[in-house]
Amino acid sequence: MRTFIKKFSEKFIEGLLMLSSSVTSLTVVLIVFFLFKEGLGVFDKTAVEEGFVIAINKNNSVTELSSEEIKNIYDQKIISWSEVRGKKDSIFLFRLEDISNFYTDEQIGENFELLPLRLSSIVDSFPNIIAFFPEKYLDKNFKGKELHADKVSLSEFFMGEEWFPTAHPSAQLGVKPLILGTLWVSLGAILLALPLGLAAAIYMSEIAKENVRRFMKPLIELLAGIPSVVYGFFGLVIIVPLIQKTFGVAVGETGLAGSIILGIMALPTIITISEDAMRNTPRAMKEASLALGASKWQTIYRVVIPYSISGISAGAILGIGRAIGETMAVLMVTGNAAVIPHSILEPMRTIPATIAAELGEAPYGGLHYKALFALGCILFIITLFINLTVEFVSNRKKFNKH
Amino acid sequence: MNVVNEDKLAKSKKRNQSIAFFILGLLGYFIVAILLIILSFIVYKGISVINWSFITQMPEDGMTKGGIYPAIIGTLYLVAGSMLFAFPIGVLAAIYMNEYVKDGVFKKIIKQMTNNLSGVPSIVFGLFGMSLFVNKLGFGDSILAGSLTLGLLALPVVIRTTEEALKAVDNTFRQASIGLGATKWQTTRRVVLPIAFPNIITGLILSVGRVSGETAPILFTVAAYFLPKLPTSIFDQAMALPYHLYVISTSGTNIEESRPIAYGTALVLIIIVLITNLLANALRKYFGRKVKMN
Repeated sequence: MRTFIKKFSEKFIEGLLMLSSSVTSLTVVLIVFFLFKEGLGVFDKTAVEEGFVIAINKNNSVTELSSEEIKNIYDQKIISWSEVRGKKDSIFLFRLEDISNFYTDEQIGENFELLPLRLSSIVDSFPNIIAFFPEKYLDKNFKGKELHADKVSLSEFFMGEEWFPTAHPSAQLGVKPLILGTLWVSLGAILLALPLGLAAAIYMSEIAKENVRRFMKPLIELLAGIPSVVYGFFGLVIIVPLIQKTFGVAVGETGLAGSIILGIMALPTIITISEDAMRNTPRAMKEASLALGASKWQTIYRVVIPYSISGISAGAILGIGRAIGETMAVLMVTGNAAVIPHSILEPMRTIPATIAAELGEAPYGGLHYKALFALGCILFIITLFINLTVEFVSNRKKFNKH
Repeated sequence: MNVVNEDKLAKSKKRNQSIAFFILGLLGYFIVAILLIILSFIVYKGISVINWSFITQMPEDGMTKGGIYPAIIGTLYLVAGSMLFAFPIGVLAAIYMNEYVKDGVFKKIIKQMTNNLSGVPSIVFGLFGMSLFVNKLGFGDSILAGSLTLGLLALPVVIRTTEEALKAVDNTFRQASIGLGATKWQTTRRVVLPIAFPNIITGLILSVGRVSGETAPILFTVAAYFLPKLPTSIFDQAMALPYHLYVISTSGTNIEESRPIAYGTALVLIIIVLITNLLANALRKYFGRKVKMN
């Protein structure tokens, strides 16, 4: 009996342990599920504001408008139907508040009960009209033609050049400026961090005396431990004004500020991983090189660096990954302008910063909310890809050893 | 002729080496300088703000005066909550990975997944926590939702440090225990864990430091801009130090006036990180010596 209990409890504990070890896998699966469930939902929605109707005269030959065209018509950047595959006729833009130009308050009715009827007749009487109004004022026997907005398309999402999810009446969901912003800022960061980090790693692993190394190592670890909002705060009060003064730009909140802060934040990753790789260089290899008359420096760049190149690349890639995913510091220093950047000295906006800045005010389950989850999906895929690349790179090293 | 050339070669070799080493050393110390500049700047600006009333009083006047007491308490709750969740699960998972499961596909998959999880950006944890804990499970913006989100984020760290601690335990201990007739769990609990304990605790302390500074995961799961009273249950919203720093340095109405508070908050965050790091290092050293002596 006792051995039975003992055996049973052993098995029970093993089950419990196994359960615990599967939590991380379960979390990854759940993250994928929730992220993509909400994120892909964006392609099931129309960019036109929910509950809004776009109506044109029934004789108008135009049958569909993209969300960008709708926005441009509304902003009066497109003023002729011929620009949107229609007849050569100027566009008459009608907004709901224009109703008072046509009818008195009495004709509309005290509680707007006659409004649907009036709207219908306005749309019917102007051949070149386009009208925007809430769906609740759509007459049952509406005499105009309702334009059905298309669902958000993949190409619109990835190729669109404008990110303006709260635009009225048609949201603009082009992620291109955000992706480019993320790339610029992270690329700048890695360009700054890689040479610095590599130099420090070489110095610590090959040149510095043991006591110097023992003094530097915890400091590098400390650099990794400083919270990102403290980095962001430091950037905000020091780096941003500095950039503004040095380069004479109007605002210091630029991509460069983000790159500098992210570069500092990526340093510990790069240093720790490449230093580890270099210290793993077999002693015999180094000694062989030295015995052949090479100097210590020649040995470093002809033997140590080539030997540990896969570890160094893994460190660099992970550093990029850290920079791409970093949120708070970037949010605080890059200025967050969602436009396609032309220089590193312009305000930029990255994908994580966009999520952090906008999710708070996006209504639950709406188009904007789902679009931000779609951004999360993009971010998740990028970082997953980076992780797998690192795995691949470090596995290649093992392969070489045999 | 030949001799001169060789001499020249040796000289230029030496000169190249000195130049290279000088530059590398310079860059290495430059990084140390960056760290010291950041730290000393925050300390210099923040030290005059921090006093007893700063850490024990409520914020006042649109957060331009008063203290940061509720943010400190909120962060304490979040750290405690997330560790309560992540520490046991992480340690158990690491035990399973290191002591029980044999090398194979299953282990590989779990290792890969844990790796992937540690690479997920913190803002994605925020999105996930919001859609699962806040909305799907209906916890709302609450300490519970925030703690669980932070706990998941800390899980890979706890697992990795624990695994390393377990790996460092010499195999002869396990063999001796098994040889005496102990079961696997008895061996783990009575022999392996006590030896690995100091290193496991070091990992715990480091993840406390990490969790207390995270902002993105709590943005949408727990953090409140301003609460006049302390949270009373795990379903309440809470203020938190990192979020507090973010808000008063970027989006308050009186950014200039609340700057001193921002410096003070940044310093408190830095102090937490410093303490956890020093504590972890001290523990590592202390127990490292002790084990060697035995």
